[in-house]
Amino acid sequence: MAPISGSGGVRVKVEGLRRTFPGNVAVLSGLDLDVAPGSFVALLGPSGCGKSTLLRLVAGLDRAESGHISFTPTLERPQGERAPIAYVFQDAHLLPWRSVLDNAALPLELTGVSKPERQAAARAVLDQVGLGDATDRFPAELSGGMRMRVSLARALVTHPRLLLLDEPFAALDELTRGRLDDQLRALWRKLGMTVLFVTHSISEAAYLAERAVVLSRRPARVVLDRTLELPVERSASLRTEASFAREARLLNEALEQGERW
Amino acid sequence: MNRSALRAAVPPLVALVVLLTLWEGTVRLLEVPRWLVPPPSAIGAVGAQEASSLVGAAITTGRSALVGFGLSAVLGVLVAVLLASSRMVERALYPYTLFLQTVPIVAIAPLLVLWFGPGPRAVAVSSFIVSLFPVIANTLTGLRSVEPSLRDMFRLYGARRLATLWKLELPAAMPHLFTGLRIASGLAVIGAIVGEFVAGFSEGTAGLGILVLGAYRQLRTDLLFAAVLAASGLGLVLFGVVSLTGARLLRRWHPSAQGT
Repeated sequence: MAPISGSGGVRVKVEGLRRTFPGNVAVLSGLDLDVAPGSFVALLGPSGCGKSTLLRLVAGLDRAESGHISFTPTLERPQGERAPIAYVFQDAHLLPWRSVLDNAALPLELTGVSKPERQAAARAVLDQVGLGDATDRFPAELSGGMRMRVSLARALVTHPRLLLLDEPFAALDELTRGRLDDQLRALWRKLGMTVLFVTHSISEAAYLAERAVVLSRRPARVVLDRTLELPVERSASLRTEASFAREARLLNEALEQGERW
Repeated sequence: MNRSALRAAVPPLVALVVLLTLWEGTVRLLEVPRWLVPPPSAIGAVGAQEASSLVGAAITTGRSALVGFGLSAVLGVLVAVLLASSRMVERALYPYTLFLQTVPIVAIAPLLVLWFGPGPRAVAVSSFIVSLFPVIANTLTGLRSVEPSLRDMFRLYGARRLATLWKLELPAAMPHLFTGLRIASGLAVIGAIVGEFVAGFSEGTAGLGILVLGAYRQLRTDLLFAAVLAASGLGLVLFGVVSLTGARLLRRWHPSAQGT
């Protein structure tokens, strides 16, 4: 099986982003954020503060009233090219009438990649997430963790340069969540794409990311933007170390501060 | 037949035998005239005696019902897709599709004879009109019930409108579509029989509607019962075929078809 390869990350620059919802609810009001190419950034903040809105704006699924989002190198793609941005939603959101293989191959199918090519790519990426032997199964036959891994495989099949994840593992049990955290971090290190990861979990943010951005309640402002002082190699034992506890405490304090803003 | 299927079949069979016995006994005991309520034994006897004409009539009616049902299935899905294409189109046209739900088919059947002439064509159109609305309504609900996040994902990957319809909306609407088709299958037979009451007189084998009318006029109530049973059987066959097809297509992914 051909291993999947990364296509490198992209720099994401968010400047003065403003988004207001009906009822004059300002969710983002002039937010700035600069994400280095290939970095793994966790976004934390109180519920409803605008983390998911920010992700949707970056993905191009929503429009801001003002402000600017730029990507370097540019993400404009010629017709038929693979999608450079991938998005993993809170739920796996698989198509229940499609097999695991066909779900994972869907983004390539939509961009017109031939069947043999997209199936080979989907098999490779399913292997990477440990589902190489479940390609013929249907979503209804999978556990929650497996479904989420298919969702991750579907996101990675296009070799995205920017991966956006919106609390993807929130609904999973602690053990499965820990395994998927490890898998995600390993894939990021191997593929080198830029990752923006929205989570409510301080522990997950500290474990996964290189950098954590804590947002205040809406309209979201940056309370803390910190490069985590943790080793590159991470394993479950890290969660019990003093350095991890210190980072988690800092994030927690920033979150509490953000609630009061 | 496995043990659980056998166990499931026993209660309704026992209920049927009890009901028929009660019916037979009551009619004989009270000496109810045969033209009013015939005993089940008489209905069975006339059913056997007139089997070939009953089967021929069921085939004639079934053919018209099948054409009406087929038209409903195809046009119902097309209309639902059109209505789902924009809220404005839906707002403009959906109220008029309700007309199909409320139209008294017996009242407009004479119009069908005027437009299509007496015979199977008018009967099929009657069947079509009666069975169209549930297909439209259910398919539209299905098309509208796609998860917004899935639509987002298709947008993110640059899916064209037709690809979104074909690979997302229509498959997602399948369970609803089959609910509509199941309802439509029974209505198609009813529509065909009502159509035959008014428009079924033509050359060739008469349908069940004509058989019912003839039996009524001759006060052959036992034959009337047999024809009604044949009509129900026809509806059940069509319903069964649609249900089985749906269960086969949906069994690996939709809870409604699991365990079927």
